[in-house]
Amino acid sequence: MLWQVPEALRWVAPACYIVQIVTEELTPPRRRFLALGASLAGAVVACRKAPVPSESGAHMRAYGERSPHEKTVRVVRELTKSLGTGSSRTPLGELHGIITPSALHFERHHSGVPAIDPAAHRLLVDGLVERPLTFSLDDLKRFPSASRICFIECGGNSIGEPGANLPDVQKSHGLLSCSEWTGVPLSIVLKEAGLKPEATWMIAEGADAGRMSRSIPVSKALDDAFLAYAQNGEALRPEQGYPLRLLLPGWEGNTNVKWLHRLQLVDQPAMSAKETANYTDLMPDGKAQQFTFVMEARSVITRPSGGQKLAGPGFHEITGLAWSGYGKIARVEVSTDAGQTWADAELQAPVLSKAAVRFRYPWRWDGKEAVIACRCTDETGYLQPTRDEFIAVRGLNSGYHYNGIKPWRVNADGTVTNA
Amino acid sequence: MRSMLLLLCSAGVIAAQSQPYGFGQPATAADTAQKDLTVFPNGKGLPSGKGTADQGAAIYKEKCAECHNEKGEGRPGQYPALVGGIGSLTSAKPLKTVGSFWPYATTVWDYIRRAMPFDHPRSLSADEVYAVTAFVLHLNGLVERTQELNEKTLPAVKMPNRDGFVPDRRPDIKSKR
Repeated sequence: MLWQVPEALRWVAPACYIVQIVTEELTPPRRRFLALGASLAGAVVACRKAPVPSESGAHMRAYGERSPHEKTVRVVRELTKSLGTGSSRTPLGELHGIITPSALHFERHHSGVPAIDPAAHRLLVDGLVERPLTFSLDDLKRFPSASRICFIECGGNSIGEPGANLPDVQKSHGLLSCSEWTGVPLSIVLKEAGLKPEATWMIAEGADAGRMSRSIPVSKALDDAFLAYAQNGEALRPEQGYPLRLLLPGWEGNTNVKWLHRLQLVDQPAMSAKETANYTDLMPDGKAQQFTFVMEARSVITRPSGGQKLAGPGFHEITGLAWSGYGKIARVEVSTDAGQTWADAELQAPVLSKAAVRFRYPWRWDGKEAVIACRCTDETGYLQPTRDEFIAVRGLNSGYHYNGIKPWRVNADGTVTNA
Repeated sequence: MRSMLLLLCSAGVIAAQSQPYGFGQPATAADTAQKDLTVFPNGKGLPSGKGTADQGAAIYKEKCAECHNEKGEGRPGQYPALVGGIGSLTSAKPLKTVGSFWPYATTVWDYIRRAMPFDHPRSLSADEVYAVTAFVLHLNGLVERTQELNEKTLPAVKMPNRDGFVPDRRPDIKSKR
């Protein structure tokens, strides 16, 4: 033999197949192989000639990509000169089911995306605990794990919507995504450190350039919070906090601190910039509601929605998403007559607490202009407000946490616009 | 000897009970010092140091003005204003700035130290952070040019919107079916 074939593989496959695997996946050995001389090169060429031209397609891929025909992407808006700072929105109108592909999960970064070596990353748990501890990723993965499907919605999703009527669902609602997250329940980790009775708040801090931090009540930390290291079955994407993020089901996205590197147990909130200057809801009386953590119940029709076009009169499924930070969605209703009458939509299983739920409603369009809308009710009885009901209480300056009903106008030519 | 063994055994049991899994490493003072950025409204977490608006003016001009503009007026749509807007919070166009909206001077200090300048966060010394904070507060008319801010005087600065925040009172909207 001119080259070393791993002992375990020798009997499995023809030598040329092994060469192909090695040359495609391992760059340094590939160089070594290429230096081996003409006889080996001849063997590789012979192997590459072997496949018969057919419909069997291209080489297999070690890490998958979607079809080149699929072009759906996030809308990226970078806010400053600093790289990677801004937001990107999930194209909800083009997606199916409840799980957002990780590559299309919305992003909101206040100081870019840090490049973190997981082997060097440590989570510090200190402050009002019996035993201040640091955890490596390997430490955290040894704890009992848990997976949960839940949505994350930016507190600033739909900023401007009550006044401006954004034209499509990606712009109006695209700071919402839903994934299966896996990690360790935070209550387990806090028990490991031993909470002192006077610990009532927890300062969660990320390792991004701006060291973004939020104050979280310990009650939430002990309830359903977890430390996530995986999303949709694989390690977190860098943009989602690799290698570790805080996951607070149902709470505004910003509190789900990414690149988590410290949990400081304390007896008061820090009043950090992101919980005073931002993410607070300015009310008509000039006071701002603070620590408005829960994302209240909300739904939106994703098809047909703004920017899309119906092919013609006849059957069209009205479908969309509903979610509530208070718990499970109990009911979604659809109106096709501008809110005069409402009918129940079908909820697609699974209907999970603090997760996006897919709803469907069969509709026969008569080809005339119509205004369609949906509204949801969650298991606590909370009913999604109309835009006017929202504005009547919170005015037009609150900015964050808008959850009003979103109507779409289906025009006679089949185009869909905001209503 | 026997009693000593018993003592060791029971100590082991207690340790196992108190730390259920035994994972992680004891955090050292250095681990905390490396990440110790949180400053609280009462001043807890502030390092010793001092600075005045006069001292901060030159630092601001060199490291902050490119984005926040010469007098803290910001660059609309890009970088937030730090000054102005006092009295605007109930208007149709509220301007939320350090002066009009931020409730605590400690938050300004904390944010400048951890996140500013945007392209070189945590590059300022404690004295420089006190000085730049003093300059931004001076632009808002809240401290004098030569007034020294330090770990004692900074938390005592009362911001105009100190009482402008109320706890979450949601669900506050009663929708009708």
